[in-house]
Amino acid sequence: MPLAERPLSPHLQVYRPQLTSVLSFLHRMTGVALAIGTLLLVWWLAAAASGPDSFAAAQSLIGSIVGRLLLFGWTFALFYHLANGIRHLFWDAGYGYELTTAYRTGWLVVIAAVGLAVLTWLLGYAAGGAL
Amino acid sequence: MAEFSLPANSKVGAGKTHKAPDGATNTKTFKVYRWSPDDGENPHIDQYVVDLDSCGPMVLDALIKIKNEIDPTLTFRRSCREGVCGSCAMNIDGTNTLACTKYLSEIDGDAKVYPLPHMPVVKDLVPDLNHVYAQYASIKPWMRADSPPPPDGERLQSQEERKELDGLYECILCFCCSTSCPSYWWNGDRYLGPAVLLQAYRWIADSRDEATGERLDDLEDPFKLYRCHTIMNCTKTCPKSLNPAKAIGEIKKLMVERR
Repeated sequence: MPLAERPLSPHLQVYRPQLTSVLSFLHRMTGVALAIGTLLLVWWLAAAASGPDSFAAAQSLIGSIVGRLLLFGWTFALFYHLANGIRHLFWDAGYGYELTTAYRTGWLVVIAAVGLAVLTWLLGYAAGGAL
Repeated sequence: MAEFSLPANSKVGAGKTHKAPDGATNTKTFKVYRWSPDDGENPHIDQYVVDLDSCGPMVLDALIKIKNEIDPTLTFRRSCREGVCGSCAMNIDGTNTLACTKYLSEIDGDAKVYPLPHMPVVKDLVPDLNHVYAQYASIKPWMRADSPPPPDGERLQSQEERKELDGLYECILCFCCSTSCPSYWWNGDRYLGPAVLLQAYRWIADSRDEATGERLDDLEDPFKLYRCHTIMNCTKTCPKSLNPAKAIGEIKKLMVERR
């Protein structure tokens, strides 16, 4: 009798999301977002370099609400990837593997990323005189 | 490339519901993954309502009760019922653990029971472990030494040397950790996974073993070792509270130190 082809047991579909896996996933996603977001920034700079008309066009898009939201997301991605990258450096040096430590540093990275992103924008608006 | 969804033959459908016995007041519903090689159908979830007043405290007690009293076709592995054999490893309430050491009282609401994730299923809650066992064999999990043992006794260790094995020798090879690891899900064909790498480190860390260099040579590979991205699902889920992520980190450190 031929063996029935064995099914693959459920994985992502059933495994409970938890800080360990969610932060790792977020690290990968922010890496991708940074790569794409950097292209956007390069386009902004290139527009500035090629004249006032093209800069005005780029500025109207990036200065819009959607553009600013994207930029804020990029800022968060930058700080998250940076902070979690430092967490990875500690792991690579052999520290921070205890589960309680890993959870503490995980939450620390999230708080630091949100805090630094908000602070950067507050400073930006303050420097621009909007606050 | 990682395949995030289940293949067509693995999609899970709804199954039968077995109601509680008459007069049962304190009940819990178990939603259990079922698949049989004999009927040509896709996997499905059967529901069993179990009377907790006549059931032991552990998930394994409930599964045995279901098999004895409700549905004798339910298939799962079990042996020691006290967390030393690793047979009843499965996905319970969203994380991998041993059914025999998981309290029913720790599960809010319905208890969802699946086989270990991202594994070929032999039947119901029984995964095919041939591949992980072959990976385990590939790290040569025995003491390798060229020098002859002392003529009058065993190879001795100092107490400090013996301490290096604490947190490693306790592993029961239940593979809860390997099957909780997303990296192992996507690259399990070549990545050895946390359980096998913890075992690899167990021999590297053994003062009596003389093949440390060869063992590291064997692991110096972009997939076997370095698919570990320190996600730490392994350490989070280990039913013996061991730390495979740390063991893998120690191997990575040794790789750098010997350059």
